[in-house]
Amino acid sequence: MKFTVLNTTTPSQELQTGTTRTKIDLQPWSQRPVAKSISHIWTYRDYSGAFLSRISSYRDKYRVEPGLYKIGDPDKESDVLVSANYKLSFDHLRRHLKNRNLWIIVLDTKGINVWCAAGKGTFGTQELIQKINQTKILTYIAHKRIILPQLGGPGVNAHEVKLKTGLRVYYGPVYAKDIPEYFDNERQTSKKMRSSSFKILDRLVLTPMEINPAMKYFVYYAFAIFIFMGLQRNGIIFKNALYDGLPFYLAGIVAIFTGAFVTPLLLPFIPFRAFSVKGGMAGIMATMILYSTTNMFKNNIFLTLFLYTFLPMMSSFIALQFTGSTTFTNPSGVKKEHKYAIPVYITGVVGSIFLLIIQKVYLLGVL
Amino acid sequence: MKYLSNVSTLTYDESLCTGCRYCSQVCPSGVFIMESKKAVITDKDLCIECGACQKNCDSNAITVLAGVGCSSALIQSFFTGEAPSCGCSDGSKSVCC
Repeated sequence: MKFTVLNTTTPSQELQTGTTRTKIDLQPWSQRPVAKSISHIWTYRDYSGAFLSRISSYRDKYRVEPGLYKIGDPDKESDVLVSANYKLSFDHLRRHLKNRNLWIIVLDTKGINVWCAAGKGTFGTQELIQKINQTKILTYIAHKRIILPQLGGPGVNAHEVKLKTGLRVYYGPVYAKDIPEYFDNERQTSKKMRSSSFKILDRLVLTPMEINPAMKYFVYYAFAIFIFMGLQRNGIIFKNALYDGLPFYLAGIVAIFTGAFVTPLLLPFIPFRAFSVKGGMAGIMATMILYSTTNMFKNNIFLTLFLYTFLPMMSSFIALQFTGSTTFTNPSGVKKEHKYAIPVYITGVVGSIFLLIIQKVYLLGVL
Repeated sequence: MKYLSNVSTLTYDESLCTGCRYCSQVCPSGVFIMESKKAVITDKDLCIECGACQKNCDSNAITVLAGVGCSSALIQSFFTGEAPSCGCSDGSKSVCC
């Protein structure tokens, strides 16, 4: 096989060697960046990428290149949309732009979605102004409108964008699926378009990434239990560790399932507003079901106490993590929950360990 | 769905409002609506403290302590003493929510 090495160095690139100036600065006005053509159609790879991003850390690398794109055949009167460079966000945007002629500016949000990037400031005023300049979008259009996803709002100061670039920011709908209606409605968002829904399916797709991190901690937990169960008078014997540890492994799995799956899914139907309480309630229900359907915990006061302490508490803790994924919680509320919940968790963990030790001492007959 | 009552740090001074309407357009929870060319608060308990209204208010009529509502980020910031942050994939060691 023969390889050909292409000399890709151009005179303009050679000029940059040893300088700190970016390539974009050296380009004459006439050599503006070319808008990349995109389609609204999702390929098989787009579907598999979207799926993998929902279930794993694949999402961390799922990015598109920031810059200028076009869909259809836009001209100087066509609108300009702005998006994040998380590929799933970008893909959802383009799939709803069938038969539209639009410019799209993709900001460098480090592969994070619009809402989270806006919170961090990467989907922000400075980045937007920089991309407006870099893409030279003003040479492509003859109007002064730029449409941002509404959820980019926490990062962007519309007044400053107007002052620095002359473009007027329009906050479009939250969801890309509402964009056609938004345009048909002469760029007016309805109340429905401005709010985010959080229905059962919206919550369901988030649960794998709640379960996934929790399972990582489960491995440590299971290992600790395994060692502890193997601990015998004459050393560590693993013969019975697996069998003796079974109720504990089961309690751990049920706690994760209840806190990371059941609670998010049934969120509006579980009483009380605090997530720690919701998770705890679901945990108590799960404990009662587990207790009545298996014989593992019966006739053992230590195991029963452990189950009723540990399972609801873990479920509560895991459910509290879901506050970061919802559309209606606020940091002050989470801080308030912490104030009450964390002392309970610490007491619960200490109590659970204490129960385990008492049981061990009792079984081994050391005392 | 509604979260805890009386916790949001949102404040609003109507006398400073210039009527630019951005807060009513940008709030994802519908906290602000326009009434006779001034913004008014509908229900403060709906506020999620995202900070979009404050960011887009040119007259400093709105203040809110915006931040991440992610439990693990807040717990981590308690131990490290740094500002809570949802790190995800930007190379920082903070948690992902």
